[in-house]
Amino acid sequence: MSQATLRIQKMSGHAGPVPGEGTQRELQVCKLIDVTTCIGCKACEVACLEWNGLPYRETMFENTYQTMPDTAWNFWNVIKFNEYERPDGSLMWLMRKDQCMHCAEPGCLAACPADAAIVQYANGVVDFQQDHCIGCGYCISGCPFNIPKFNSATKKVFKCTLCSDRISEGLEPACIKACPSGCLHFGTKDDMKELAEKRAGQLRDHFGFANAGVYDPPGVGGTGVIYVLHDATNPEEYGGLPKNPTIPWVVKLWKGPVKWLGNLAIAGGIIAVTLHYLRYGAKTVKEDNRAEGGQP
Amino acid sequence: MHPSRRDFLKIGTIGGLAASVLGFDLAPAYAQLRTLKIARATETRSTCPYCSVSCGVLIYSIGDKAKNVTPQVIHVEGDPDHPINRGTLCPKGASLEQDILNERRITKPQVRRPGSDHWEDIGWDDAMNEIAQRVKKTRDATFIEKDAAGHSVNRLESIAWTGGCTDTNEFNYLVVKAMRSLGVVHLENQARV
Repeated sequence: MSQATLRIQKMSGHAGPVPGEGTQRELQVCKLIDVTTCIGCKACEVACLEWNGLPYRETMFENTYQTMPDTAWNFWNVIKFNEYERPDGSLMWLMRKDQCMHCAEPGCLAACPADAAIVQYANGVVDFQQDHCIGCGYCISGCPFNIPKFNSATKKVFKCTLCSDRISEGLEPACIKACPSGCLHFGTKDDMKELAEKRAGQLRDHFGFANAGVYDPPGVGGTGVIYVLHDATNPEEYGGLPKNPTIPWVVKLWKGPVKWLGNLAIAGGIIAVTLHYLRYGAKTVKEDNRAEGGQP
Repeated sequence: MHPSRRDFLKIGTIGGLAASVLGFDLAPAYAQLRTLKIARATETRSTCPYCSVSCGVLIYSIGDKAKNVTPQVIHVEGDPDHPINRGTLCPKGASLEQDILNERRITKPQVRRPGSDHWEDIGWDDAMNEIAQRVKKTRDATFIEKDAAGHSVNRLESIAWTGGCTDTNEFNYLVVKAMRSLGVVHLENQARV
């Protein structure tokens, strides 16, 4: 058995606070994806499959060089190839590595009803614990990036783990290590943000991308995977990266007010029944009802 | 209320039990992770065989080289100490494990005879003997001792040698020695894209 553990700071479906939460200082890990230097070689895809022991599957051709249209339960990392027409009519590739964003405020974790099926480690990684997963699929609707994928054979949901087995031992994730063009970086969140801002500044000052910027959406509390984009004002162009991702309002409502109203209704019901009993006593069967052939 | 010593112990025990059952666990929550699959595996340095860039790779195999273990490759990744790739790999290099653990991998010598339409198995000794015989025959037939001007050249132009990117300095030294002793002048290497 594994000796490796990571401390948990957020836990899905858990009543009350997470024990020991926030009592220890730990660095936040972060992946930085500089889409401006991605060459679309897919080494990260292969490295991910190889490390995680996922099957090498057949690719699909849908009039693009993309391996397949979307990530899958056993394919956690896909480069989205997008042909973009510049205002002057010339074409350029926008290639974006699509995988779990490891949000600080994860929608999947908020939506999950199973205790500790989705956890966020103290280093910021959001991970699924398949042995606690009940296969309801609510995380899929809670995710603004369309990342969790359901395996209908095992009735469990899977996604990128940010190679938590590697980073718990001090290694970098497999995709980061493989990247031959150096467009993927790994480090602490602070360092990655600094590096990203520096690169975005370079793109603005020397490469003519006036809108270049960093994608670290505040709607989900920032992410553990940040992008440097040529045009940060238009992230949708990069294979549907949402401009301002948030946890869906249904999930918020259902896990917020509705949950508390429900709890109130349960507690209120019990109190009402108790009061009713104290005031009126137990319900007794009258003798004449019996005589009319009712239940004995 | 003045509980007796006995009452105090009762209350204390029941209260403690209730607290532990109902959950007042102050120990931090930990999640157990998947084992690092290469934790105690044997790490072997090697060179990627695909292109002439010659990236360094680390090949991880099961066991610690103990006598009774048959090692098998479990993982391949880039060698961070290698000056060429510094840990990175291209998609072909990253899939090297698939190249090794593959039922279609050819693990023994094969020969396709002139005019034949298929490959046939041949033993290592037979293969070496056959190659040696052909080299000897070719060399005997085509060795050039003197060129047209009568200069002594002692060369063999009908045999060429090509090396690969994974060949080491020591191996290449031996190759040059052996080939030059035969008189081979065409020495080439794949590592020149």
